[in-house]
Amino acid sequence: MATAPETLLRTPLYDLHVKLGARIVPFAGFEMPVQYPTGILTEHNWTRSSAGLFDVSHMGQALLVGPDHATTARAIEKLVPGDVAGLAPGRIRYTQITNPEGGIIDDLMITRPAAPGDDGKLGIVVNASRKHVDYAWLSGHLPKGVTLEPIEDRALVALQGPKAAQVLARYCTKVADMAFMSAAQAEFDGVACAVARSGYTGEDGYEISVAADKVEAMVETLLADPEVKPIGLGARDSLRLEAGLCLYGHDIDEETSPVEADLVWSIGKKRRSEGGFTGAERITREIAEGPKRKRVGIRPEGRAPARENTVVINEEGRAIGLVTSGGFGPTVNGPVAMGYVETAYAAPGTKINLVVRDKPMPAQVVALPFTPHNYKR
Amino acid sequence: MSKHYTKEHEWISIAGDIATIGITNHAQEQLGDVVFVELPAIGKAVTKGGDAAVVESVKAASEVYAPVSGEVVEVNKDLEGDPALVNREAEGAAWFMKVKLKDKAELADLMDKAAYDKFVAAQ
Repeated sequence: MATAPETLLRTPLYDLHVKLGARIVPFAGFEMPVQYPTGILTEHNWTRSSAGLFDVSHMGQALLVGPDHATTARAIEKLVPGDVAGLAPGRIRYTQITNPEGGIIDDLMITRPAAPGDDGKLGIVVNASRKHVDYAWLSGHLPKGVTLEPIEDRALVALQGPKAAQVLARYCTKVADMAFMSAAQAEFDGVACAVARSGYTGEDGYEISVAADKVEAMVETLLADPEVKPIGLGARDSLRLEAGLCLYGHDIDEETSPVEADLVWSIGKKRRSEGGFTGAERITREIAEGPKRKRVGIRPEGRAPARENTVVINEEGRAIGLVTSGGFGPTVNGPVAMGYVETAYAAPGTKINLVVRDKPMPAQVVALPFTPHNYKR
Repeated sequence: MSKHYTKEHEWISIAGDIATIGITNHAQEQLGDVVFVELPAIGKAVTKGGDAAVVESVKAASEVYAPVSGEVVEVNKDLEGDPALVNREAEGAAWFMKVKLKDKAELADLMDKAAYDKFVAAQ
């Protein structure tokens, strides 16, 4: 029996992408721009030097709603290892939804709104590819009195790069002084929006949530600025790879733990000792004893990129790991990769080999990120 | 000198018994920014339809299959230092390799420019 072709969704910016000459590809159930006519390299370099505009409306935006912050935070803290209770109003936390085996169901951002009237609410942004899994898991595991409310009528765009702050400040007051990983309600040319100083490129920048029917005008305004160009998923991937950031389904999944993924920094200190979250048994044990394998940066010595699923071998030829993301880093101007290796090989400087087209290719384990983060301090 | 094309988006230019092989302009447009080209060793015997080279864009690696059988007699060293030449001059300066033809009859299976353009337009 033939399966029905999947019906792809479109974001509110689809027509604009087409008008801008984007190459459209299916991604996580959406028709998304992978690149615009200038190409991935140009878009990547533009974002590192000026300001790039990304449509990330395919991602899942939702609210967790409870009676007060303590109650809502306690509810979500049973499902994530991050410190949410200690989140100050207007601050954002990166964490993971974990399964009982300590694997990662998804990684996400949790925002505690700044407005006192929003006490008890937490905003979340999850991966497009995991939205349905996440929502089902959260709905099934939140206690009575705390509910998940998916937001379907808002778009999300990211403005990223060293000039993002000066550009956005032309239309939104207050945003220039926002701290990294903070959020605020703002108005963009009089239109209400929620602004977060965060992103997925390693650069300073913002993610802006706005009503779906207002986003096109906002994006057209931003693109009219000479500092801003539209950026597709291709450059989004090379930017985040150079920044050492995980892509769900590649660098992290239901098997990998946050400890193996080298995300222990995102687990609250108190939470490490107290546990009390799904999968805590494995995660706290791995923190104490060290994981069997670890996510590392990998720098091939030659010019040939090593792609996802490339086998990593040691100098004796034994398989010791796997590349989970790999390609060409335009800012590094060479191939870059990340992947998992046995912990004994995880120290920066360790010589390894990558099996590319049946031939061993020399490479080295390196510290992440490949390009220094340029976040607002 | 005659020029031929394959459904795998390669061009083959014939001078005597030497075939100069590259990828078409359409192929480079589809690939996007080329960041690495792996060329065969000189002297390597390639077989029609077998692996001959690899071209990598930012996004992905693509195999280049030999459109004809023969022996590799020259490769384009310029592509090692400047892979983006493939984007700029796919059907000229960015040729990949020269192959000494083993069997000229294999050329009969290839398309001419008009047939290739029609093939691309139909895709």
